[in-house]
Amino acid sequence: MFSEMIRKKAFGISLAIFVILLLAPSFLSRFYIYFLAVIFVTALLAMSLNLCVGHGMLFQFHHGVFYGVGAYSSGLLLAKTALPWWMAFSAGPLAAALAGLLIGIFCIRLNRLYFGMLQISLGSLIWAIAFRWYDLTGGDDGIHGIPIPDFIASTTSSYYFVLIVLGICVALMYLILKSPFGSTLQAIRDNPERCAAVGIHVRRHQLKAIVIATFFGGIAGVLFVVVEGSIFPDLLFWVLSLEIFIMCLLGGWFTFAGPMLGAAIIVSLRTFVGTYTEYWTLILGVILILLIFFLPEGIMGYNYRRLLRSRSKYTSESPVE
Amino acid sequence: MLRVEDLHKSFDEFKAVNGAHLTVEKGQLVAVIGPNGAGKTTLFNLITGQLQPDNGTVLLNDEDISRLPPHVICRKGIARSFQIANVFHRLSVFRNVQISVLSQRKLSNKLFQPAARLVVDETHRILESVGLLDRKMDVAGSLSHGDKRILEIAIALGNEPKLLILDEPTAGMSPEETTTTMALIQRLAQEEGLTILFCEHDMEVVFGTAQSIMVMQQGHSIIQDEPEIVRQNTEVQQAYLGDE
Repeated sequence: MFSEMIRKKAFGISLAIFVILLLAPSFLSRFYIYFLAVIFVTALLAMSLNLCVGHGMLFQFHHGVFYGVGAYSSGLLLAKTALPWWMAFSAGPLAAALAGLLIGIFCIRLNRLYFGMLQISLGSLIWAIAFRWYDLTGGDDGIHGIPIPDFIASTTSSYYFVLIVLGICVALMYLILKSPFGSTLQAIRDNPERCAAVGIHVRRHQLKAIVIATFFGGIAGVLFVVVEGSIFPDLLFWVLSLEIFIMCLLGGWFTFAGPMLGAAIIVSLRTFVGTYTEYWTLILGVILILLIFFLPEGIMGYNYRRLLRSRSKYTSESPVE
Repeated sequence: MLRVEDLHKSFDEFKAVNGAHLTVEKGQLVAVIGPNGAGKTTLFNLITGQLQPDNGTVLLNDEDISRLPPHVICRKGIARSFQIANVFHRLSVFRNVQISVLSQRKLSNKLFQPAARLVVDETHRILESVGLLDRKMDVAGSLSHGDKRILEIAIALGNEPKLLILDEPTAGMSPEETTTTMALIQRLAQEEGLTILFCEHDMEVVFGTAQSIMVMQQGHSIIQDEPEIVRQNTEVQQAYLGDE
């Protein structure tokens, strides 16, 4: 089976990349190790968003909020309480999922664009709290020098921690997408009306997907604290949400691993172009325009399609399945 | 089994369904006919919950199911197909049918079990009975129009319905495809003992297969009876056959 072949090949490639990444700290400088860790964190964030956007067609326009909620919850607990690290770490995803549930309950009643717009409004409320509540959050300064547990405090050990957590999360997301839950979510994406007619409670199913996605988004937030040791309101600003949305589109939103590729590209641009000019978001804008015109299904989507087209027998409407 | 009593639905000023009556007995193959715009599709949407009636009731085994949401009505045993080919176009043919089988078995929420290994035999059985088994790995969006319509019926079968509702199952099909599809519907009614309600605008297709026919015109039911009696009804002849 052709798709089986692609799957095996993709699995082989990812395994190879994973092994190289495991060995990376032995030959890369500290800056690049840190840089890769930032990519991993962002990749996990983009992957979690894509559960909603690519596989559920839920326009989660303000996913950054849940990243921020995850980072703030665990960051504040680490900085201001004596709780053991593992409790502070688990608080991140749980708080993010709770925020996802609360915001989701309101948004899920609306369709497509209106869903996204209400989410931006509600998300901005949470941003305002982080931005204004000086006594607790440090306002626009944020909190720096958050105490990270010793075993992951160094650049190399935090790198490994982030890599392993990313690996586990990606494996879990893969399982979820291949499960009946994930298949049904994709069916809802393709045709919500038909899904309701086969007995699926569409809104509830979508809400569950949002809670799962925001949970993983919260994990990414915790990883951010591990890598950076600080939190600040930009984490839940809408600009970041837009960036990760573009990562999904750029990498290929109907593919599984696309968002990780998108994250790697955007983070690299931000890091390297950002050192030359403050206006690097201009480049982001141009990328978005080119994307809409030339690669509506993203890089991975384009590649997959080309692969399929090379076998004339398999003409497909889309890369997934 | 199904009783529709004096159903009304209007969109703004337009009365799409204006006093529809319908009875479907268990094991029957019932057709609703009427010219385009007579309100057949609206009637079906009212029965299966895509639309809410303004007035009137829909009874399934004497239980009032009008105004329930579609997924609840489906769980009560009514599955349907749509007039426009309504499949999950990015998923494989197999997965399309599997989605409804999973839903029927209440497995849709399983998170960490690979779907590929669940309800495989049941899904294969359905695909085989409609003749799509050899296309099972194809993406549904790549099927021909006729095959998509058949796939739609297969999706509905995944719900093991007590009552199967088909909205113009042969719309847009070639004459050969129409013959095959009607044969399939008849076989499902006879071999599987399914109760089927379908609508059609082509009279000939209906008189050959249905045991009971309801005629609709401008939103209301003129008559429901056996094909021969319907054919001889003067009102029907004027309203419908006269057009031919």
